[in-house]
Amino acid sequence: MIEIRKPGLATTVQDLGRPGHYHLGIPQSGAMDRMALRAANLLVGNEEGAAGLEATFMGPEIAFERDALVAVTGATLPIFVDDVEQPGWTALEVRAGQVLRFGYLTAGARVYIAISGGIDVPLVLGSRSTYLVGVMGGHEGRALAAGDRLALGSARDARAGRKLPEKLRRLPGSPAELRVVPGIYDHRVTPESAAHFYADEWKVAPEADRMGYRFRGGRPMEFVPRRPPFGAGEDPSNITDSPYAYGCIQIPGGLEPIVLHRDAVSGGGYFTIGVVISADMDLIAQMQPNMPTRFVRVDLDAALAARHARREQMDAIRAHLAR
Amino acid sequence: MSSRFSFGGDEHLFVECDEEMTFDAFFKSLAVTSAIRAADFPGVSEICPGNASYQMRFDPDRMHPDELLREVRALDEAAERGDHVLDTRIIEIPVYYEDPWTHETMMRFRERHQDPDATDLEYCARINGYDSVADFIAAHHGSPWFVSMVGFVCGVPWLYQMVERERQIEAPKYVRPRTDTPRHTIGYGGCFTAIYAVRGAGGYQMFGITPMPIFEPAGKVSYLREEMVLLRPGDIVKFAPIDRTAYDAIAAEVEADRYEPRIRPVRFDRAEFEADMDAYNARLIEVLGHD
Repeated sequence: MIEIRKPGLATTVQDLGRPGHYHLGIPQSGAMDRMALRAANLLVGNEEGAAGLEATFMGPEIAFERDALVAVTGATLPIFVDDVEQPGWTALEVRAGQVLRFGYLTAGARVYIAISGGIDVPLVLGSRSTYLVGVMGGHEGRALAAGDRLALGSARDARAGRKLPEKLRRLPGSPAELRVVPGIYDHRVTPESAAHFYADEWKVAPEADRMGYRFRGGRPMEFVPRRPPFGAGEDPSNITDSPYAYGCIQIPGGLEPIVLHRDAVSGGGYFTIGVVISADMDLIAQMQPNMPTRFVRVDLDAALAARHARREQMDAIRAHLAR
Repeated sequence: MSSRFSFGGDEHLFVECDEEMTFDAFFKSLAVTSAIRAADFPGVSEICPGNASYQMRFDPDRMHPDELLREVRALDEAAERGDHVLDTRIIEIPVYYEDPWTHETMMRFRERHQDPDATDLEYCARINGYDSVADFIAAHHGSPWFVSMVGFVCGVPWLYQMVERERQIEAPKYVRPRTDTPRHTIGYGGCFTAIYAVRGAGGYQMFGITPMPIFEPAGKVSYLREEMVLLRPGDIVKFAPIDRTAYDAIAAEVEADRYEPRIRPVRFDRAEFEADMDAYNARLIEVLGHD
């Protein structure tokens, strides 16, 4: 068992999620930065998809009731085991009775904590991930609170001290660049306006969470005139309510783009200008409010090439940690 | 009606059957998505029917996007010629119209409404040409509704009124969305009724509330134990008006996990429906088995 002494911010149990229920409005959930969770799990000898903890901006304080290997990945922040500072992206040995805690975050936004054996909460629709809106999965369907105790699964053989080199990690640059394949309802805005969307510098707004990231600072969209279709609504940014893609960028009222993430609402009535490519979804997890951001227009072939490069990077992580 | 295809990044294929909401677009979305489900394409992990559109999520490493597009386009064209007989369910959902809880919420967010001096029901009755709120409420529960899409969060249904377009209710969303809506609110936006499965933000006009859960993930409601989401696209819903006493009685039954919603299998025939909607609807409602 582990005991949460201090919960940190919006700390939840997450694994790689529960695909297959999006048509019912139950999103995949799971780690926002999937590569960081996979790497943390591999470091401590877990399956890549074991459940770990995802904390936002501020790490929790955790007391261990048994010996374990722990790896902290994702955002950069000081890590302490009983007040002794420890490296990130490294398999750390924590003894029963010791306490893991964190200092202030210096880069990135979300911290992943994998513990040998994984967090053993009940599976809901095949996943241990927390979906806060549905009050389901994870620990009682909610963010962790002080005093919560979590069971661990059985650990496999792994050794302390293994480390993932910096070249195999990934954090967004500044400005962050998110590659986007235009489409779905991009014909609703004028070509000039679409060009502005990709030319302007945006900033992450404070409304940025597991459901979606909002951006501010670019020019408002100009819409192609139309007679509102029956069922769509009067606003030029409205459409007849339709399914939403993960990573899709809606711009309600043409003002502030919202990129839907792992806890996406599965549908709604706003037009989508394009979709962030799968290879860049993890980056969003590590973006802080106010971070300057550019949306970079790419085509489907470029998106597939980026996806391929991303898979090679994951293979390199696996190969490195298999040694 | 020819569909419009668009990739959504490298993992989604989005198809718009029609820009506007129509029975044609809805039936097409329903038919194609069941054909896609049956085709069982490798790597397709999500198949989401929409009101007048549909979407798949796929793994482009298992099936090339262009190949998936080719296959889906063929199924989409074939669905055009579907026979539109649907084996489905009719489900009765009790509604306490003009309830105190949505009224309280409505008053809290009055300044966000297009007509702050009227209630949501007064406003919607007026803009849809009804003489009174009572007549408007009667129209809302008088005909059945198709579940035309499920989603948003936690199994929220979009419901499409089974009457001619001239008689379909239309209403704008709030000018600025509310930050709160009671759980189980019966809302209205565009040409759709929605049921808020959980409490949360929302912009739909509020008409009433149901005591009957439509989503329950923790196994506390017997009829939601097998599937935590009640409604499916293609289900037919009949709203049944109830008063406070009936509301409290049903709420108590739900609390004790004794409530059994009225759900009956039914075959829907589109040609017969379109020949005489009111007569067909009356026959559908009989299936619910009220005296």
